[in-house]
Amino acid sequence: MVRIRRFEEEAGKLMEDGKIPGALHLYVGQEAVAAGVMAHLSNKDQITSTHRGHGHVIAKGGQFSPMFAELYGKVTGYCKGKGGSMHISNMALGILGANGIVGGGPPIAMGAAFSNKFRKTKQVAVTFFGDGASNEGSFHEAANMAALYKLPCVFVCENNGFGEYTRQTNHQAVTDVADRAAGYGMPGVVVDGMDVMAVYEAAEEAIKRARAGEGPTLLECKTYRYFDHVGIRGMGLTYRTDEEVDAWKKRDAIASFEKLLTKQGILTAKKIENVYTRANEEIKEGVAFAEASPFPTEADLLEDVYFVGAAS
Amino acid sequence: MSEALKNGPRMLPYVSAITEAVRQVLEEQDNAFVAGEDVGQAGSVFGYYQGLLAEFGDRRIVDTPISEKGIIGLGVGAAATGCRPIIDIMFMDFLGECMDEVANQMAKMRFMFGGGATLPITVLTMAGAGMNLAAQHSQSWEAFLAHLPGVKVLMPSNAYDAKGMIIAAARDDNPVFVVLNKMSLAMQAEVPEEMYEVPIGRASIVREGSGFSIFAMGRMVHEALAAAKTLEGLGIDCEVVDVRSIQPFDSETAVASIKKTHRALIVHEAVRFGGFGGEIVAQLQEEAFDYLDAPIARVGAPFSPVPYSPALEKLYIPNAERIVAEVKKVLGI
Ligand SMILES: Cc1ncc(C[n+]2csc(CCOP(=O)(O)OP(=O)(O)O)c2C)c(N)n1
Repeated sequence: MVRIRRFEEEAGKLMEDGKIPGALHLYVGQEAVAAGVMAHLSNKDQITSTHRGHGHVIAKGGQFSPMFAELYGKVTGYCKGKGGSMHISNMALGILGANGIVGGGPPIAMGAAFSNKFRKTKQVAVTFFGDGASNEGSFHEAANMAALYKLPCVFVCENNGFGEYTRQTNHQAVTDVADRAAGYGMPGVVVDGMDVMAVYEAAEEAIKRARAGEGPTLLECKTYRYFDHVGIRGMGLTYRTDEEVDAWKKRDAIASFEKLLTKQGILTAKKIENVYTRANEEIKEGVAFAEASPFPTEADLLEDVYFVGAAS
Repeated sequence: MSEALKNGPRMLPYVSAITEAVRQVLEEQDNAFVAGEDVGQAGSVFGYYQGLLAEFGDRRIVDTPISEKGIIGLGVGAAATGCRPIIDIMFMDFLGECMDEVANQMAKMRFMFGGGATLPITVLTMAGAGMNLAAQHSQSWEAFLAHLPGVKVLMPSNAYDAKGMIIAAARDDNPVFVVLNKMSLAMQAEVPEEMYEVPIGRASIVREGSGFSIFAMGRMVHEALAAAKTLEGLGIDCEVVDVRSIQPFDSETAVASIKKTHRALIVHEAVRFGGFGGEIVAQLQEEAFDYLDAPIARVGAPFSPVPYSPALEKLYIPNAERIVAEVKKVLGI
């Protein structure tokens, strides 16, 4: 969680300083979801991510150097600079991509889960998507098919209360996205997304169920993003109050987990400091790597459009 | 003395021209409304509906869920039953989400019903690369739309046309797509305050010339003008035609231009292969073969998705330099 937060804070700053081009959708505030779910997945399991994808990539094993390089548009990035923040991916880590299309992920995860079942592996595919994305037809079609075929698939809805600048109450008539699970014949579970242990436990059950061939689960994590929809400060629109943001920050997943572990004697102030120090070192290294890396060149433009070579 | 003479021309950025057009349409047409993602409270992520929610209320400025299929469907159903919807699809790329609603419903309903349904829908959508938004937020898909009998497609290159085309689209009783450009939002032009229409189906000669015709679409018009200036220095007198209306296409203006210059190049931001430029070439050779002194050149994006890296995107998007190089190639200089 700390690695995600520090990465995002730094990436946001680099975007505001003009070092990273394009649009960054930052994950700060939602770390418990990625961390709690991914703890149960190996590199062989697959995920699909969203436009707000850095947290998922990090929790799934993404390294800072190729991540920063990708955000910088450098050839050493995870996607050779071709994808950027909204398309960051790494097949070796089982990351089937962030996605610039809201709702782009669920059908792909369903397809991966189909493949897992077809190939008789024990892999699980997890799709992350927002409350806003739960209004796209793609989510509903994927949910229906995953339940119908009893696929090893878990639908993780990160309900941060907003789709862009539109509050959940203005985009859907339900309060719990998890209610929608009933319509497709799968369990729907609501969990506090600011509590990493709660996410961990709920995800464990859903993933076990999927791995055991019992079909998908819709897991809704109630969470919040601290920064704006894009970047840190965003476009300066007023669509929520500072008080609301502060109220959520009081329930911060990292701070409360640190408190809990300290109380249990597992963590000390010194150990906590070490976690941050290590993350900061990783960032320094990653940024330096990205800055020193070369940009792609004209020859790269037409490469990777098609597979070229002998069929496998 | 008129206001314009007293204060000089009234300059407006592209973004405000859009707002003004939509406001005036809403004032003129009681059954018109705007529907789309973040159009109300946020005033669109591009800012062009700023203030309209306060002015017209949420009956007429409707924030929708992220449900493009639903949004276009809302427009089709509402238009067929007496409304005049202005539908917003935030990025043109998101048309992928609702291509059935566009291609199989909106475009064909009137024909399939034997003329029984009328669909006065205006769709505003944002195209174009240049902001490092990568493969799913930067595309130019006008050729897709132009290939669909039943819809009209406009591409305003400047603020004046943006306003006049939105008004013309809203007054038209057919589905009309107005394909906007995100890099042009701050670009200023003289825009009259009153309502006016830019006629659908008419190209505009933005620079007269006798030696070479450049047909340009959307933002590429400005690149073509810059290229024409460079070429002027080389003694080549270019005519620049802003195609503006993709469907219907103004072949008359195009043919007249080629009869004068005998040579032409077409430039669009979309991928060159299968782009609308190919259609223009076909029409010109059909109708003015005897007037052509050289093969017609085309400049467009390479056959790859829009890359993220600034280093690649710069190479990807057609520009004045490439137009100049291509014109010189045609002329053998
Ligand atoms: C198909 C599609 N429609 C609209 C958008 C524009 N858009 C990008 S993010 C976003 C909001 C998504 O909300 P949600 O799914 O709740 O995720 P969050 O941003 O809250 O993480 C929208 C509307 C898009 N990228 N793709």
